[in-house]
Amino acid sequence: MLEIRIHGRGGQGAVTAAEMLSVAAFEEGRHAQAFPTFGSERTGAPVVSFCRIDDRPIRIHEPISHPDALLVQDPTLVHQVLLFEGVGEEAYVLLNTGRSFAELGLGEVEDRLRPGRAVCVPATEIARAELGRPLPNTALLGGFAALTGWVSLDSISTAIRQAFAGEVGEANVRAAKAAHDRVLEKKGRSARA
Amino acid sequence: MPVRSQIEGSQAVARAVARCRPQVVAAYPISPQTHIVESLADLVRTGELDPCEYLMVESELGAMSACIGSSAMGSRTYTATASQGLLFMAEALFNASGLGLPIVMTVANRAIGAPINIWNDHSDSMSMRDSGWVQLFASSNQEAVDLHVQAFRLAERLSLPVMVCMDGFVLTHAVEQVDVPEQDEVDAFLPPFTPRQQLDPAQPVSIGAMVGPEAFTEVKYLMHARQMQALDEIPRIAADFEAAFGRPAGGLVRPYRTDDAETVVVALGSQVGTIEVVVDQLRDEGHPVGLLDVTCFRPWPRDEVRRALAGAANVVVLEKAFAVGAGGIVGQNTRLALAGTPTVVHDVVAGLGGRPVTAAAVRGLLDDVLAGRVDPHRLHFLGLRTDLVDGQLRRDAASVPGPHAESMLREAGVIGSGSH
Repeated sequence: MLEIRIHGRGGQGAVTAAEMLSVAAFEEGRHAQAFPTFGSERTGAPVVSFCRIDDRPIRIHEPISHPDALLVQDPTLVHQVLLFEGVGEEAYVLLNTGRSFAELGLGEVEDRLRPGRAVCVPATEIARAELGRPLPNTALLGGFAALTGWVSLDSISTAIRQAFAGEVGEANVRAAKAAHDRVLEKKGRSARA
Repeated sequence: MPVRSQIEGSQAVARAVARCRPQVVAAYPISPQTHIVESLADLVRTGELDPCEYLMVESELGAMSACIGSSAMGSRTYTATASQGLLFMAEALFNASGLGLPIVMTVANRAIGAPINIWNDHSDSMSMRDSGWVQLFASSNQEAVDLHVQAFRLAERLSLPVMVCMDGFVLTHAVEQVDVPEQDEVDAFLPPFTPRQQLDPAQPVSIGAMVGPEAFTEVKYLMHARQMQALDEIPRIAADFEAAFGRPAGGLVRPYRTDDAETVVVALGSQVGTIEVVVDQLRDEGHPVGLLDVTCFRPWPRDEVRRALAGAANVVVLEKAFAVGAGGIVGQNTRLALAGTPTVVHDVVAGLGGRPVTAAAVRGLLDDVLAGRVDPHRLHFLGLRTDLVDGQLRRDAASVPGPHAESMLREAGVIGSGSH
């Protein structure tokens, strides 16, 4: 079973991202479960959502405390919540930022993880360019697909189109692809290095 | 063929309820409410659910009162609520059951304040356990969907109201794979509503007259007798459902790996899946442990519970509510079922006010039970933070200790409550 935790702020689409990820896995014929934390339904407040993916039916109903992958929509959350709690060295971490782990003072987190597992992608910037709005969630999902290979970009795109009809959906698909390609490029670079 | 969807629990239930063709949905839209009635309101607006009258009422008391009126007029009637909303309905709940009206209601289980808490536990439904409603508890979103389809048939067959309980947030807000039954499948399973009693201006009758000591006991006796009939009807409906839909759902209890089990956990609701995982772990390690999922809590299936548990040395009842000053609620019922057997029953309260019931916590509990470290004569609270409790007890020694909930929150270092 793969367990993914998403940290964001109310309004950034963390809950929708977990749902779309579960739909992407479902599209691939797998079992998936997405659910939010509750109680902080306020714009800007810290929000956590979860997604489990498995080849078998998922029976467990509890929050994810030891994620296999962590998506962070806003790295400034590090000042408010224990973002990296339960994140082991095998986990993948994808940060939404134009800067590096070291520049954010998170070099320690990057060093603790296996090489190539901690990646930054400027999802908000990409979203601004593709959607005209600073909503990083679909771009991050594209980056997640590239980083982990657990779901395909095609499935992510299908899930995005189910959630957002028409041009809004297409713009989000473009954002996901742009972030996907950016992460692939980074992975290639770190593999060569 | 059913449509397999990756869908939120509430939305899946709304679709299933719509396919049961309710003629009246009455609901009060404020929190605590679910996406279920929101979605049903939309289906009525778009004409997808037609004919159906959606009544937006002024309160939960109004919602259940409107349900009583519409059901007495012979309309298939549905509503949903949770937590304080259910309490606000309390008086009308007893009227619905006393009058024998086959209303179906979803309760998206949540805690009851004070302290204010919007999260999941079973305090709401359990507080209404003696209201005369059948109470069915769903362990998954698939089961929640399937129980609703069965609930209408049960309610109308026996002319009594049925509450389908599903864990608030944990199930209602979880997006999972669910087979939502198709319209033709539901139509084949659920016949049109033929009321046993009906208000009709053309043929006037009274429903709800005052009944004095001369017949009140007899009316109540028949309420009880009808609930006991449900113990026969529920397994029949579950068998018919499985034959029609090709998957098991419903029934009174569902034993999981209880054969030869020396220790059996009894539980209701969404924690059942998590406990199954722990039971599998322990079985793999050679411990004879099992689980009894109680789907039907009212009427209480005493004989089935006894049959499933009587061979066990230890029973651990894990419940998301308790009777303050007395102990476990499901635990008391379980003891009743096991009267005269040597089986030892442990009462454990877990998952109050949204505290997650984790596999690790359940595993720790069962390790303690297997090692004989849990005293069966005491009520246990899984994961109780004794540091917070002890701190407050120390403060209580002062002459004016002040508000205890707020003090403990401060000590826990929480600013703005949050939960999963």
